[in-house]
Amino acid sequence: MPEFWNGYLRADGCKGVRNLVLVIYTVECARFVAHAIGSGEPDVHVVGFAGCYDNAYAIRLMLALGRHPNVGAVLSVGLGCEYTQPARIAEAVRKSGRPAENFFIQDVGGTAKSIAQGKEIVRRLREQIDRDTPRVPMTLADLSVGCECGGSDGTSGLAGNPVVGAFFDRLVDAGGTAIFEETVEQIGLKDLIVSRAANPEVATTLAKTYDKAERYCHEVRQWSASPGNFAGGLTTIEEKSLGAFAKSGTRPIQGVVKVSEAPARPGLWLMDSVPDPHFMQFGYTNPNDSEGLMDLISGGCQIILFVTGRGSVIGSPVAPLIKITGNAQTFRRMAEDMDFNASRVLTGERTIPQAGGELLDLVTRTAAGELTKPERLGHREYFITYKHQDAPSLSAGCRA
Amino acid sequence: MKKAFQISSADNVATLLADADAETIEVIGRGSLALREKIPLGHKVALAAIPANGAVMKFGVRIGHATRAIAPGDWVHLHNCASDYDERSNTLDNETGAPTDTTDAYA
Repeated sequence: MPEFWNGYLRADGCKGVRNLVLVIYTVECARFVAHAIGSGEPDVHVVGFAGCYDNAYAIRLMLALGRHPNVGAVLSVGLGCEYTQPARIAEAVRKSGRPAENFFIQDVGGTAKSIAQGKEIVRRLREQIDRDTPRVPMTLADLSVGCECGGSDGTSGLAGNPVVGAFFDRLVDAGGTAIFEETVEQIGLKDLIVSRAANPEVATTLAKTYDKAERYCHEVRQWSASPGNFAGGLTTIEEKSLGAFAKSGTRPIQGVVKVSEAPARPGLWLMDSVPDPHFMQFGYTNPNDSEGLMDLISGGCQIILFVTGRGSVIGSPVAPLIKITGNAQTFRRMAEDMDFNASRVLTGERTIPQAGGELLDLVTRTAAGELTKPERLGHREYFITYKHQDAPSLSAGCRA
Repeated sequence: MKKAFQISSADNVATLLADADAETIEVIGRGSLALREKIPLGHKVALAAIPANGAVMKFGVRIGHATRAIAPGDWVHLHNCASDYDERSNTLDNETGAPTDTTDAYA
């Protein structure tokens, strides 16, 4: 395993493991054109927000993606009527030292002209960042890795998540950053979570974060468990929560970050993606797995892990996704989609620490440029929704 | 022989590592156990008798309570075990997990 690899150094000091141009659209009406611009262009990814009425949470999230370590340049495309302003997105991205451009489809004059203009811009941005981005050595200490689970079953808590936990321990010990989320999947575990706090102040924050998540689930009368979870043998949200929490490993939790907020220093961090209560009450959270992955990427994770039991075929834009399963049947049935077979710890072929070491190796190879299975298949699902969260510092972008 | 895994010695359930019929299986590190019914991979079998309202323990932690008496070798799932928090999950279909409380929405 290489001790270092070459990454991409951004003007703001962040180091990325990919060198992407990101197209950001600002309303559903611009979605078709944005995707057509990205279609067939190498390393051009597309994200966007569907709503015409703007939302501070969604704007912060798109800015966090536009200034992500893996992103070198941005094109923001709007229709022209919407509240969210492409020019202001481009301006905020330029402040991070990345080139960024923008236009309205109404100004350019329709579908074909906008696609042609967009393609011209992204090709120019592509050449610019290929030419101007310095390559620098990166180590695990420069890496931030996020993890969530989805389509969990009875194997997730026995194999998939504990293997990620073992990997997270190794990453944290090497000076890296690990982020786990899904506070709505910590139900019944308050004492256990609080006991992992790095200091009493963090313990207070973790307790408050837990209480909000439990109150949220009560109020919306929906707990974070899906039909597939139950079909896979999980019976209660408490049981699912214990399995999900195993991904956090054993190291102390340094603090809690909100969506679009990067951790202030390395170590293990919890991301709180649950809405904060406000005038519209809680609203919905965690509508699907892709939304959770966007949250982790917005926290600056250059690579993300997804643990599944039942199986999943999603990928993600901006940060490569590594898919892990502890279910041998799923690994066989969906081999083209699964990057890592954690079920070997259930058959005794590997211990959990050995499998964690192999996952560390895979993450390192991915950081060095090896494509994950979702990347090779072209999966780049994303989901950016209306939500309210009390704002983290807007300057929180990367910790360099 | 098919296997099941008990995570903590405090647990009164173990997780099946393969699909099993009503047959004798090995609970790793604990010995054999006769299943009283078919239990799929990833699902739980009771290792001990659990009275109605008794704690169901997995990972050494209470994951819910028995809604009726459970015998050793029984499948432990939505039909006999409930969350202490989530009111909806026990309305789901025991086999598929599909919701049964939103049927009207499809009409």
